Amino acid sequence: MKFDLFVLPFALGLTFLLGYLTVKYSVWYFKLETSDRVKVRKGFSSLRVIRALREIFFESLLHRRIFLKNRLLGFMHMSLAFGWFLLIAVGNLESRIYQPAELNLPYVPIFFKFFHANPGAFPMHRIFSFVMDLLLLFVLTGVILAFAKRISSGAYGMKRTTRLMASDRFAMTSLWLIFPLRLLAESFTAAAYGGGDFLTGTVGNLLGNLLSATLLYYPAWWAYSMSLGIFFIALPFSRYMHIPTEVVLIFSRHFGLEETGHRTPITEIEINSCSRCGLCLDACQLSFAGGVHTIQSAYQLKAIRYHHIEPKDTFNCLMCRRCENTCPVGIDISSIRMITRKELNGRTPDPSFDRQPAIQTRKADVIYFAGCMTHQTPAIKKAMQTVFKESNISYWFMDELGGLCCGRPMMFAGHHQQALLMIEKNRKLIEESGAQTMVTSCPICFKVFARDYNLNIRIMHHTQYLLELALQKKIRLEPIAGSAVYHDPCELSRDLTIYEEPRQLLGKMMKLTTAEFERDNTLCCGNSLANFSAGNDVRQSVTRDAFEKLTSQGAQYLITSCPMCKKAFEKVADVPVKDIAEMVSKSIHKRQPKVIAGKLKAEPSAALTFH
Amino acid sequence: MIGFGYKIQADRQIDYDSNNRRILEFVRDGEPSIDWCMSCGTCASACTAAMTADYSLRRLIIQARRGMENEIRESVYRCRFCGKCFNACPRGVNTRNIVYLMQLAATKITNHEI
Amino acid sequence: MKSVTIIGGGVAGLEAAARLTRMGQAVTVIEKSDQLGGRLNQWHALFPFRTPAGPLLSKLRNNVAEGMNMIVNANITGVEYNDDGFAIRINNNRMITANSVLLTTGFDIFDAEKKEEYGYGIYENVITSVELEQMFHSGKPILTAQGNIPSRIGFIHCVGSRDEKAGNLHCSKVCCVTAVKQAIEIKELIPSAEIFLYYMDLRMFGRHFEELYKEAQFKHGIQFIRARLSEAFENPDGTLQIRIEDTLLAKPLKMNLDMMVLMVGIQPQRKTGNLIDMLGLERDADGFLMQEDPYGSPFKTKIRGLYCAGGITGPKTIEETLIEARAVAAEINNYLKHKETYTGHEHFVMEL
Repeated sequence: MKFDLFVLPFALGLTFLLGYLTVKYSVWYFKLETSDRVKVRKGFSSLRVIRALREIFFESLLHRRIFLKNRLLGFMHMSLAFGWFLLIAVGNLESRIYQPAELNLPYVPIFFKFFHANPGAFPMHRIFSFVMDLLLLFVLTGVILAFAKRISSGAYGMKRTTRLMASDRFAMTSLWLIFPLRLLAESFTAAAYGGGDFLTGTVGNLLGNLLSATLLYYPAWWAYSMSLGIFFIALPFSRYMHIPTEVVLIFSRHFGLEETGHRTPITEIEINSCSRCGLCLDACQLSFAGGVHTIQSAYQLKAIRYHHIEPKDTFNCLMCRRCENTCPVGIDISSIRMITRKELNGRTPDPSFDRQPAIQTRKADVIYFAGCMTHQTPAIKKAMQTVFKESNISYWFMDELGGLCCGRPMMFAGHHQQALLMIEKNRKLIEESGAQTMVTSCPICFKVFARDYNLNIRIMHHTQYLLELALQKKIRLEPIAGSAVYHDPCELSRDLTIYEEPRQLLGKMMKLTTAEFERDNTLCCGNSLANFSAGNDVRQSVTRDAFEKLTSQGAQYLITSCPMCKKAFEKVADVPVKDIAEMVSKSIHKRQPKVIAGKLKAEPSAALTFH
Repeated sequence: MIGFGYKIQADRQIDYDSNNRRILEFVRDGEPSIDWCMSCGTCASACTAAMTADYSLRRLIIQARRGMENEIRESVYRCRFCGKCFNACPRGVNTRNIVYLMQLAATKITNHEI
Repeated sequence: MKSVTIIGGGVAGLEAAARLTRMGQAVTVIEKSDQLGGRLNQWHALFPFRTPAGPLLSKLRNNVAEGMNMIVNANITGVEYNDDGFAIRINNNRMITANSVLLTTGFDIFDAEKKEEYGYGIYENVITSVELEQMFHSGKPILTAQGNIPSRIGFIHCVGSRDEKAGNLHCSKVCCVTAVKQAIEIKELIPSAEIFLYYMDLRMFGRHFEELYKEAQFKHGIQFIRARLSEAFENPDGTLQIRIEDTLLAKPLKMNLDMMVLMVGIQPQRKTGNLIDMLGLERDADGFLMQEDPYGSPFKTKIRGLYCAGGITGPKTIEETLIEARAVAAEINNYLKHKETYTGHEHFVMEL
C-alpha cells in the first residue's frame, strides 16, 4: 500500500470535507417536508437522474450558460471546473489501469507521480502521460485567467467584480496554489526521477538547472498536499461550497423541489450554491445606474448565509429579477429575498386590516381593477372605461373609489399576515360579483391576483384583454401615425413572460421599433414598489438611464403597460409616454369631441354616454 | 391625601420639552428626507389606507416632530405600503422608508429595545 | 445715435422700449408671436383691485413712438456679438444690429397635462387659471362641459409649482392672489356658486393682498381648505370628485365639484432653441436666468451690453415688471452714453 506522511493534509482535509458535507446534506434532507423527501426518493429511481447529470455536466463543469454570455469568462470557469474534474477522473483511471490489483486509496491518483515517478510502460501510458499534462496546463490557464480577473475584471467585460470577504480570499488563495504547486511537485519529480511529459518535463528541466530538484521535490509534494487540505477544510465555509452544493441543487430541482415562500432546506441549498461569481453585479441597475453597490444578490445571499443581514440592504432591491436572469446557477433569488423580508418584518396584523372596505360588490361579467397607481395616471383608467363602453361589456370597476390595494406591496414589505388579510377581504368581493374575468391595469396587481388569490376566474392584464377584444373583433383598431418603442414592465417580464401579447396589440396600431433592452433583458423604470430604501435621486438615475437605453434607436412614442412605468418615464422623457390602453382608446374608431369647459359646446354623443 | 372632590383632567397640551423625540431621531438617521416634509398633506390625500383606517402620514411626521410617541404607535402600522404617497409628495420625501422606519422604531420601543 | 434691440415684446419689453425711445435711443422690438403685449394679452383683470388689463395693454401698445421699430412673428435663429455690439439673425433671412440688447423673453406657463393626476385634458371639467381668465375676457357665460351653470367650483393651488414631481421647486408667487381674485370674479358672475380654494399656504405677499383675502371670505363667502389634492376622480355625469385630507382637522374629506380650476405656475423657458441657452447664459438652480448680483445690478448679464428684465428672471407681478423695465431702461441708457469709457462698473447709489 502506497503511503507517505505528506498525504496526510490532503487525506485529513478530504475526510473532513466529506464528513462535513454528509452531515450537512443529511440534516437538510431530514429537515425537508415529507412530501419533498418522497420526491427525492422517487427522483433517484427515475430518468430524472440522467437529466440532472446532464445539466451538471453542461453547467457545473462546462459552464455553458456563462460561456454563451461571455466566452472568456466561460472558458475561465470551465477550465478550472472541467479541467480539475478531468484531472481527477483521468488520474483515477490511470491509476486503476496501472495497478488494477492494488487497493486504490483516493490519494494515490492525486499524487500518482510521486508514487510512480517513472512508471515505465503500461497500457496507454504515453496517452495518459500526455493527457494528464495537457489537463494540468488546461487548469493552469484557468488559474492564470482567474488571477488576472481579480486584477482587471474589465478585460473580461465585467464592470464590477465581487468584493470578497477574508475567508473567501483565504480559500481562493489555497485553491489557486493547488495547481501551480502540483506543477512544481510533478516537475521537480520529473527532473529528479524522469518521467515527465511535455509540460512537467520541460518545466522540470528548467527548474532542475536552477535549483536542486532532488532536494525540493519532496517539500513541493508537501506543499501541494497542504494546499489541497487547506482548501478542503476552508471550502464549506467559503464561496466554494457551491461546488458540491450546486450539484445537490441541480438534483433537487430536477426532482421537483422548489422554494415555498418560507425558509426550508431548499433555501439553504440555494444560498450555499452561490459562488459569488459576480455576474449579478453588472446586471443590477442600482449598481450601474444608481451608484448603489452593497445590495446586489451576491452580497445579499452572503449576508443571509453568514447571518449578518442589513435590513436597509434587504429592502433596497427593485426585485426586477435582472440578477436572477443572469445567474448561471439559476438560484431563485427573488424568493429568497421575499423569505428574508418576511423573516425581518412579519408581525401580527394591525386590527385595521380586519376591517371590510366599505365597497359594495356589483354583479358583472368582468371586473376591472385599475390598481392604486392607475388613479394617479387617470388617462389609463379613462381609456379602459372608454373601451368597455365601446364594446358594451358589463363590467364592475372594483376600485373606482380607490381605497383598495391588491396586497402585493404589503408582501414586498414582508408583512405577510397583513397581506393575506387584505387578500381575503378582496377575494370575498371578487367572488361575490360572479365575474368570470378580471382585468387589471397594473402588472403588480396582476401577479398577485394570478398567483396568490386562488381565484377560479380568468385573470388578465389589460394588454392581454385588449388584444383578445381586438382579435374577437369587439373593438376595431385603426392605425396611428408614428413609431413606438415598447417598454416591457419588469413585473410582466422575466417571470410572467408576457412579451408577445402587448406587442401584437401595439403592432396592430403603430410601427414598432426594437430596443436592445427588451423582453427578458428589459430594464426596470425605477419606480418599483419592491424597493423601500431608495429615494428619488437613485430612482431618477435609474429611470434616466433606462430611458436613454430604450430610446437609443429613436422612436416617436414610448409605450408601456404599467402606470408606474408611465409616471417614471414621463418625468424624464422628451417623447410622449403613453400606456397601450390609451393608444387603443385613441385608435378605436369613434367620434371623440374633446371638450374643455366653456371653450367648446359639448357634442351630445351617443357613443360616449357614461351611465 | 386631601381629596379635592374632583378629578384633575389629563394634560391636553403637548408638553414639548418633556416629550421624547427618539422616533424622529431614529427615522432621521435612516432617512434624512423626513426633514423635507412641509406637512402639505398630499400624501394623506393620496393615501389608500385612509379610506378604511384612521391613518395620515402627514400627521405621523408632525407627531414625530413633537415627540408624541403613543399616538404614533397607535396608528403607524396601518400603512398599506401602496406607494401612492411617494408618487405624490412634492418635496420628494422617501415616504415608505419613513413609515417602515417608524414602524421599526415603534416596535423597538414596545419591546424596550430603545 | 445708439441702438437697442429688445427681444420680447411683452410688458417689460414695451415699457423699456418706450422709456429708451424717450431717452433718445433707437429701439427695435422683436416679438416671436403675432402680437405685442405678451402675457398681458391673457389677463382680463389685474389683482388686487381687478384693474382691467385692457387699458394698460392699449397704453403699452400705443407707446409706439417714432424711431421705434417693431418686428413681430420673428424667430431668432442666431445671435453674434463682440465689444461693439450685437448681430441678431431673424427667421434665417434678416439681420438686425444693435449696440445693446435687452432680453425680455418672459416665462412659460406650466403645462397642466404634465400633472396627469389632476385630469387636465382627460376629464372634461378641469381647466387652468389661464383658460378661466380667457373665459372672463370673452364675456360669455361660464358653463360646464355639459352646458350647465356650475354650482360648485374648486381652485387647486400650486399646480406645477413647489413640486419636485413637476420639475419646478420654486413658488410661482402670483398664483395665490390670482386664485383669490378669480374666486371673487367668478362669485360675482355666478352668485349662487360655492367656491372652494385648496391651498398649502396662502401667499398674500403684496400690498392690499391680505385685505383681499379677508374680503373674499366675508364679502363673497369663499371657502378656504388647507389641503393638497393628490388626484381627482370623474363621476359618470362629468362632475368631479376630490378626496383630500383636511389637514387642519386631520381628517379625510371628500366632495363633488362641477368644475376645477388649476392654478398653473410660472416656469422658466426650457424649450430647445430658447435664447438663454442659445446665448450660453447661466441658469440658476430654479432654471430662471441667473442674476449674478441681484442687489447691485440685477439686470446685467455676463455678456457686455446684454441686459435682462421681467419674467425671464423669475415670477413677477405686472407692477414689478414695469418697475424693472423702467430701471433697466435707465441702465441701458447709461451704458450707451458712456460706452466708450465703459469700465464695467455701474454707478449706483450704494457705492456713493
